[in-house]
Amino acid sequence: MFRRLLLAAAIAAVPSLAPSLAEAQTKELKLFNWSNYMPPDLLKRFEAETGIKVTLDSYDSNESMLAKLQAGGSGYDIVVPTGPTLKNMVRDGMLLRIDAPKLANFKNVGPAFDKPDFDPERAYSVPYMWGTTGIAYDTAVTGGKVEDSWKVLFDPPASLVGKIGMLNAPGEAWNATAHYLGIDRCSEKPEDAQRIYDALAKQKASVAIYSSNATADRVVAGEVSMQQMWNGAYRRAKARKATLEWIYPKEGLDSWSDNFAVPKGAPNLENAKTFLNWMMDPKNIAEASNFLGYNNAIPASAPLLSEALRNEPAINTPAAALALLRPVSTCPAGSLDLRDKVWTRLRR
Amino acid sequence: MKRGRALLLLPSGIVIGAVLVLPLVMLLVISLMQRNPNGGIVWGSFTVDAYVSFLWERGFSGERELNWDYVAIFARSFALAGSATVTSFAIALPTALWMAFQPPKRRLLLVFLVTLPFWTNLLVRNYAWMLLLRVDGVFEQILHTTGLLTGRLGILYTPTATAIGLTYSFLPFMLLPIYLSIEKIDRRLIEAAFDLGAVRFRVLTRVILPLSMPGIAGGVVLVFIPGIGAFISPELLGGGKSMMVGNLIQAQFGYSRNWPFGAALAFVLLALVLAATYLHRVRFRSAP
Repeated sequence: MFRRLLLAAAIAAVPSLAPSLAEAQTKELKLFNWSNYMPPDLLKRFEAETGIKVTLDSYDSNESMLAKLQAGGSGYDIVVPTGPTLKNMVRDGMLLRIDAPKLANFKNVGPAFDKPDFDPERAYSVPYMWGTTGIAYDTAVTGGKVEDSWKVLFDPPASLVGKIGMLNAPGEAWNATAHYLGIDRCSEKPEDAQRIYDALAKQKASVAIYSSNATADRVVAGEVSMQQMWNGAYRRAKARKATLEWIYPKEGLDSWSDNFAVPKGAPNLENAKTFLNWMMDPKNIAEASNFLGYNNAIPASAPLLSEALRNEPAINTPAAALALLRPVSTCPAGSLDLRDKVWTRLRR
Repeated sequence: MKRGRALLLLPSGIVIGAVLVLPLVMLLVISLMQRNPNGGIVWGSFTVDAYVSFLWERGFSGERELNWDYVAIFARSFALAGSATVTSFAIALPTALWMAFQPPKRRLLLVFLVTLPFWTNLLVRNYAWMLLLRVDGVFEQILHTTGLLTGRLGILYTPTATAIGLTYSFLPFMLLPIYLSIEKIDRRLIEAAFDLGAVRFRVLTRVILPLSMPGIAGGVVLVFIPGIGAFISPELLGGGKSMMVGNLIQAQFGYSRNWPFGAALAFVLLALVLAATYLHRVRFRSAP
């Protein structure tokens, strides 16, 4: 009888043990990031140093990340929206307040990045990489330098016909064309949409592929010889193919910054904060920059950046080109609808 | 007794209700609501706008205009899925015939080999085709070294590449049902046909093909219908330039943030597929 009682007591004790066990086991972090946007080795080091197990899923545009979050139940702890998208997410109440300035390593964030217009108090976000969207091309194919203008992308010389790669997102195609034609990127005018559509439709005959994934691989393989490209991807491609060149188009180009943010309903808020703080450590962010080829928002990481990165004008933007950078901003819904229409019509 | 039968049917009824009827009803409801510009829908706002947009879309300036874009995308999807069905049938039939007449032990091995690609992800297999078809890729290099081709292959990022990808992805779904029905044919019937003086071709067309019709019909359905909805191949192999219905629907739930239109498109597709399947059944019911 006594033995049976003991057994019963033991069984009864198991469920009360279970929660603390479960707690010990949820040292997890679910990261939802752009594809190829986090060095695998860096994540491994984070896991080793903190004991937090990271799972990584990837997306290829702000829009598809939003779509997945809006579908609900994604269970992600961290997402990486670009500035304007972040602003919309704050407006729509999609993010958890994290008060980044209270994190120990926030003091490392550079003056250009601690009060951005899309999150002035950094209440919801921590800066990650920043960069530009420009044009890369292979001088071996063009036989020398080409004009510093969007014109070469939209009205390419014969050597580039059928060898153009465009990014696969309505905003990227729309903005590039708007720079080219001198149209306000947030235009809500139907005639502007028509002009942008006409330019893209005319260009389509020269386009090999619309894709935002693996642009560097395609440029290196020679599948495309001119690519609308993020500067970090260009840097990685350039390291494998010396004949590549970067263009800062004279009409201006998009600059953007990506940010870590925590979506509402994130199951592991504290682990997320640990990760955000860890990523603002100069050593860690420098490792990410060196791997990705993008500049970051932590000035103290500069001495830790590779020489190749510091000497690369596409990353370490020269003073003259700084004047051409046009930070991407939040456009009204009417403008966003127009670019969706242009994009669907283009790929019908 | 009758009650017992009803009770036994209950689980399957629940499953069909939960995984088939309920999602379809949800989709129908979504397709009849107004869109929320930030994604999702505005609940309780009934409109048939999404269905009207299929043919009369609002242009850049907001006025309705007749628009054949979506019809063209549907037509392309049916054409590409159809070509994949025909090609995979042309490959599957001789292969299945050959397989069915191998010794039993080898047959098992062959079936295993046919299913082997399913062990890897569809995405990975599409990327593999990109490596085969790309500039300076495997095929181009082979053709260059053998002297069969001097210029560029030029297939990658065209609808041809999409068709190749679809054929490759769905070939096993054509091959296996045909193989199974040929394997089940009573061999004595074939011997009898030969004994009665039929030549090989005649045996194929008058005995084997009619008897394997159920497998062929199954294969056609299994390749054609998922083929219409494919969206990985057109995006990767087709270069994202010419959408198929799958891409169009995905875009509505993704960057275009137009759920009602996406749901409406899914219903239009469902109606067309049901109509096609019905015609198909009528056709094969009258077959010998």
